[in-house]
Amino acid sequence: MSQAARSRAPAEAGAPALRMKGITKTFGDFVALDEVDFDLRNGEIHALLGENGAGKSTLMNVVAGLYAPDHGDIEVQGTPVRISGPQDARLLGIGMVHQHYKLVGGFTALENIMLFNPRGSFRQSRTAVRTAAADAADKLGFRVDLDARMDRLSVPEQQRVEIMKILIAGASIIILDEPTAVLTDAEAQKFFAAMRGLAEIGNSVVLVTHRLSEALSYADRITVMRGGRRIRTAHPEEVDADTLTELIVGTRIVEKPAPSEHVGAPVLTVSGLELTDAGGVVRLRGVTLDLHAGEIYCLAGIGGNGQTELVEALTGLVPPDAGRIDLAGHGKVTGLPPDRLRRLGLACIPSDRQGQALAGDLTVAENFAIGGVLAGRFGGALAVRRKPMAEAAAAAVRDFEVMGVRSARQKAGLLSGGNAQKLVIAREFSGAPSVIVAHSPSRGLDVRAAAAVHGHLRAARDRKAAVLLISEDLDEVLLLADRIGVMRSGRIVAEFPGGTDRRTIGRAMVGHD
Amino acid sequence: MDFLFNWLANIPPFAVPYALAALGLMICEKSGVLNLGAEGFLLVGALAGVGAILSAGASPAAALGIAMLATAALSLLFAVMVIALRVNQVISGLAIVFLAQGLTSLLGRTQGWTSRSFSGMPRIEIPWLSDLPWVGRILFSQDPVFYLTLVLIVFAAWALRNTHVGMRLRSVGENPEAADAAGIPVALYRFGAVVLGAALMGLAGGYLTVVISNIWVDNITGGRGWIVIALVIFARWQPLAALAGAVLFGGIEAVIPRLAATGFWVPQHFLLMLPYLLTLGVMVWSSLARRGRGGGPAALGDPFLREERR
Repeated sequence: MSQAARSRAPAEAGAPALRMKGITKTFGDFVALDEVDFDLRNGEIHALLGENGAGKSTLMNVVAGLYAPDHGDIEVQGTPVRISGPQDARLLGIGMVHQHYKLVGGFTALENIMLFNPRGSFRQSRTAVRTAAADAADKLGFRVDLDARMDRLSVPEQQRVEIMKILIAGASIIILDEPTAVLTDAEAQKFFAAMRGLAEIGNSVVLVTHRLSEALSYADRITVMRGGRRIRTAHPEEVDADTLTELIVGTRIVEKPAPSEHVGAPVLTVSGLELTDAGGVVRLRGVTLDLHAGEIYCLAGIGGNGQTELVEALTGLVPPDAGRIDLAGHGKVTGLPPDRLRRLGLACIPSDRQGQALAGDLTVAENFAIGGVLAGRFGGALAVRRKPMAEAAAAAVRDFEVMGVRSARQKAGLLSGGNAQKLVIAREFSGAPSVIVAHSPSRGLDVRAAAAVHGHLRAARDRKAAVLLISEDLDEVLLLADRIGVMRSGRIVAEFPGGTDRRTIGRAMVGHD
Repeated sequence: MDFLFNWLANIPPFAVPYALAALGLMICEKSGVLNLGAEGFLLVGALAGVGAILSAGASPAAALGIAMLATAALSLLFAVMVIALRVNQVISGLAIVFLAQGLTSLLGRTQGWTSRSFSGMPRIEIPWLSDLPWVGRILFSQDPVFYLTLVLIVFAAWALRNTHVGMRLRSVGENPEAADAAGIPVALYRFGAVVLGAALMGLAGGYLTVVISNIWVDNITGGRGWIVIALVIFARWQPLAALAGAVLFGGIEAVIPRLAATGFWVPQHFLLMLPYLLTLGVMVWSSLARRGRGGGPAALGDPFLREERR
């Protein structure tokens, strides 16, 4: 424990650890938090639920000292406080694990923890932090190589370093922003067991999430936010998933599986695809699969098992070392560049929408029309006709319900995650493609936006497109799949019909068949 | 044999400005501030040293100190632009170069400092060691700045890895958001790095006039600032590697007058082109050798602002 933590009065179980009253925060004209009240008790895990943009992360960033509220009062362990920076938050025993980890990639795990926890001279610090980290790892049941470079560690390992970092700094109020977005089911279970352990020794945990099942199974209390306001705080036994959904989105959205009514002939045939990356790591070891018209084929699996490379090979970004890809009616298309494949009717929704799918500094219209410009639909090589381009974009924005577009001249980088994704889908679907490769299209999206994305994928399938959906989210796989493949270590290790139970699929993902 | 020996003994004074300037630039860039103004800082240091001697009668050591102060003062302007106002770092760096070129040539002329020679800094013969055969003359019979440079480089290499300040400086350049979350004052560290880095570049510039040429002419730095930018990339932002690079470039520069003196006929302008040719070669080699991975600070060139909503 740090000095700051030691000097505080011992926390009383059940007493409020943190109390926020009337917190308001605006960004320009946008009201991100509107008179929000929130309280957290010692020894509890408190889930904070809401859509993207509901204000969950903003509220917690206020607690962590990253945002200064316009007004409102904060009490920590019964004492009114002013948190004017991350330093203040730390001295008050508040630690936050952000959605995007605040870790220095080129540093080792130890250096990252030291950076956050200076203890006397550099050498003393190095020894003290090493001991403290070993203790913390023991307590949490973690195993982490402290001398490994951060950017060589897996995402769950990085998360463990983040948690150790704030615990060593003496945090007793622990804020976790979407901690399981990057974890598999099994990893998430272990993670929550560790968090429960922390709560049992008197710490309090805020779990910011948009996964209902998590809040219901692991939290002691649940607070729902919507549109910058607190809607309700309840115990999990008082609510169920449907009620929570309604509280979160304001209306009922319940997605039900809707299997394909007519599966046609194979459209895309992949056989024996092999790929070794620039670093010499073998990524694909003979991937073979058939994709039929009118089906959604879901490729489940833990991230990093070759999914990204498969998408790159299928879309022509990286030619495979061996194997072939056939497109019905066009024969062998292996190694064709992306623009040729696009013209043959292949569309792609990449996993990194702001990085790969959109050019953030260009306008919505330009982002939408880029495919059409290449095809010569908006003028020739010398001049681009802006007007039809803007009209087509405006129509797509309407049809695909892309919100937050004030004008087609607005920069695409300003769209929220869900709306950016809808824009990508609008563009990719505009040529009525026969094959759609979608890589984690709903990652990081809230319930409503995810449902819209799913709806568009189903609609594409129903007009006889073949859809390959690569997802790490088993709920999504079960909801959409007509057929399920499991990818592990660069191979498709198992295939199941739609509707297979999740434990069977989960076992194939981790390799305990 | 004589040729080789003379050449080696003459490398240190040619290598020192490269080493010092590379160290300064590296410290600045370790904090995440891209500094293309190196040529400008060298020029200001070079002229300030000359001015201090010719107009104030300063000793060579004091003149070098004044060169550092003058450059540090100019760097405040650069720091305010790129850190506080978040002006594009590439543009700001280039602006500094053009400002310094105009300013130094104007001042040199109006103050009457141009083309006036003066006496420079004497060498230090380290007792006993300088009597050693070969190494004595190469390593232990140089000017004081040479020894200072070696100490600074070794100290910087150690301090970047083994002190809180060094680790924080690197974190600010690698991931300012993470550094900020760890309670490190990002802007302050960047300010400090820019000013300290500029002071070292000023020392390098001052060295060129006060110790080596003993005279000021317009653009006396001759593009060394640009070579240093390449040198830092080549050295992958590691001080000891920068020292090796400085010796390489210093070696090329030192060979030019020696080759000419032997009567071995090579076109004069080809020889003068060698350092720049080497710069190109080194860049091509180093980018091939590491297959696209730069090894530079990850946030190099990115301005930092905490309350940014994306």
